[in-house]
Amino acid sequence: MKILVALKRVVDYNVRVRVKSDGSGVETDGVKMSINPFDEIALEEALRIKERGQAEEVIVCSMGGADVQQQLRTGLAMGADRAIHVETAGAVQPLTAARILLKLIEKEQPGIAFLGKQAIDDDCNQTGQMLAALWDRPQATFASKVDISEGKATVKREVDAGLETIEVDLPAVLTSDLRLNEPRFVKLPDIMKAKRKPLDTIGLNELGVEAAAELESISFEPPPKRGGGKMVESVGQLVSELKNKGLL
Amino acid sequence: MSRILIIAEHDGAILNVATAKTLTGARALGVDDIDVAVFAADPAAVAGQAAELNGVSRVLSVAGADFAHPLAARLAPEVAAMAGDYSHILAPSTTFGKDLLPRAAALIGVNQVSDIMEVIDARTFKRPIYAGNAIVTVRVPEGGPVVATIRTASFAASEGGGSASIEERQPQAGDPGHTRFIKVEGSDGSGPDLSSAPIVVSGGRALGSADNFAIIYGLAKRMGAAVGASRAAVDAGYVPNELQVGQTGKIIAPDLYFAIGISGAIQHLTGIKDAGTIVAINKDAEAPIFEIADLGLVGDLFEIIPELEKAL
Ligand SMILES: Cc1cc2nc3c(=O)[nH]c(=O)nc-3n(C[C@H](O)[C@H](O)[C@H](O)COP(=O)(O)OP(=O)(O)OC[C@H]3O[C@@H](n4cnc5c(N)ncnc54)[C@H](O)[C@@H]3O)c2cc1C
Repeated sequence: MKILVALKRVVDYNVRVRVKSDGSGVETDGVKMSINPFDEIALEEALRIKERGQAEEVIVCSMGGADVQQQLRTGLAMGADRAIHVETAGAVQPLTAARILLKLIEKEQPGIAFLGKQAIDDDCNQTGQMLAALWDRPQATFASKVDISEGKATVKREVDAGLETIEVDLPAVLTSDLRLNEPRFVKLPDIMKAKRKPLDTIGLNELGVEAAAELESISFEPPPKRGGGKMVESVGQLVSELKNKGLL
Repeated sequence: MSRILIIAEHDGAILNVATAKTLTGARALGVDDIDVAVFAADPAAVAGQAAELNGVSRVLSVAGADFAHPLAARLAPEVAAMAGDYSHILAPSTTFGKDLLPRAAALIGVNQVSDIMEVIDARTFKRPIYAGNAIVTVRVPEGGPVVATIRTASFAASEGGGSASIEERQPQAGDPGHTRFIKVEGSDGSGPDLSSAPIVVSGGRALGSADNFAIIYGLAKRMGAAVGASRAAVDAGYVPNELQVGQTGKIIAPDLYFAIGISGAIQHLTGIKDAGTIVAINKDAEAPIFEIADLGLVGDLFEIIPELEKAL
């Protein structure tokens, strides 16, 4: 079985993102970029499935300009066997991303397509579900535990009510939640080794994907600021402030 | 044609309040006809509750044994089959809506608008990105319905007093058979619901253990509050995952929120931005939580909480 893992290049989660003063977007110049943390967790899980002998090959893929190859190289250094870069003019929205992934799936025939549950830039939380729809296969989203056996995945999902367990036939789309695992650290020799692993680049046209009508981003603004806070000196003062506000 | 379809969230017996919040978001669109679809093994009770919500025109009640658990793979084709009659298809931005609606959107062939926090006009919306560090205004292109999830913390629940008609509909798709519900494990349901409680008391990594977290449960009980937690507290196993508040947990808007032993990481703050009053208790006067707290108290939580309980 092959596992296809999608990696998105995003602003690192430690960066405090700022909206440009003209409202045309967010500041990304000179900002640290990383693999979307959820995708890194998806990759880690794929690698563990392979290390348990339940998969033969882990393929990472990404979409965007040439710079996404940095994240693909990191994925290879973590342990993926090869990488596919689908060249697009900038970021694509979820439905187009899902259509691209479907083309890769048709080519590679993986048993699992593993994605992060959401990207921490657009926070959409859509692509895995869309891919599962287009592929007409099961989805197990927000996974916090995955067990593979006999052509099935048993997945514990983090839902509002608690932990839901579902069983899906493979092939299927899985999307990772944060508690699925803790991704490994990449070691220097692995980075060297990753340079020799195959990384193929494919043009969007070559894949024959029809881009979906995109949502138009009209303007960006910083979130409304909360009013300045007040420090209290004692529990007594806290309680009387809350009483004054009518909250107690 | 302007007509809205809302996919109801429920547990088989009770309509989730997230549906009434989604309805409020729908009413902001300025469209008169709002239908609510209830997919259930036995939809009668939930359909009845939906019909009582003020502003609903029709409830579409769809019965099917395989609707007993809301599996996206089963429900998405049903939603897509209804789509032709609607200009807007909405669901709450809960794990139910987030799982289901993108699958339906892909079948319909449109991108989804996730987490609408404000309606500008029928096709233009504000939504948070970058863990709420930025708000983007997006416009949905013509040529398909608006498929969107509603950020429930941004809208109050619609009130009752309505009397919509209830129409029975037949399922349009079959069970794909490849996805099986096994079980759901969750809190016993005692105590107020974190998503809708007026007061929430949350604890963080500082609690140090599941045993110590009892002090948070104690304070919450005293105040009639729901219990929440930071990701660090959930990761460490002090409390179950459904108590996590933040970017990847629950986005909540209580009147009063206590952040106790929580540093105030951006991913946590994004879950509480709409809270009325935020109280922070932290021993580090420099903790970022104090930058957004309305009331801050510096000190050791293990001394402050017992004192607070006494003072209440
Ligand atoms: C992609 C992604 C998504 C995330 N999503 C979420 C999310 O949804 N929700 C979330 O909460 N986090 C989320 N996080 C994690 C987040 O970045 C922080 O790591 C987390 O919120 C920290 O939890 P904490 O405040 O409990 O712990 P810490 O940051 O360790 O803070 C503990 C605080 O307790 C204080 N303290 C210690 N002892 C005491 C004492 N005795 N009395 C009083 N105060 C004390 C300390 O001063 C400190 O400020 C996410 C991270 C990533 C990368």
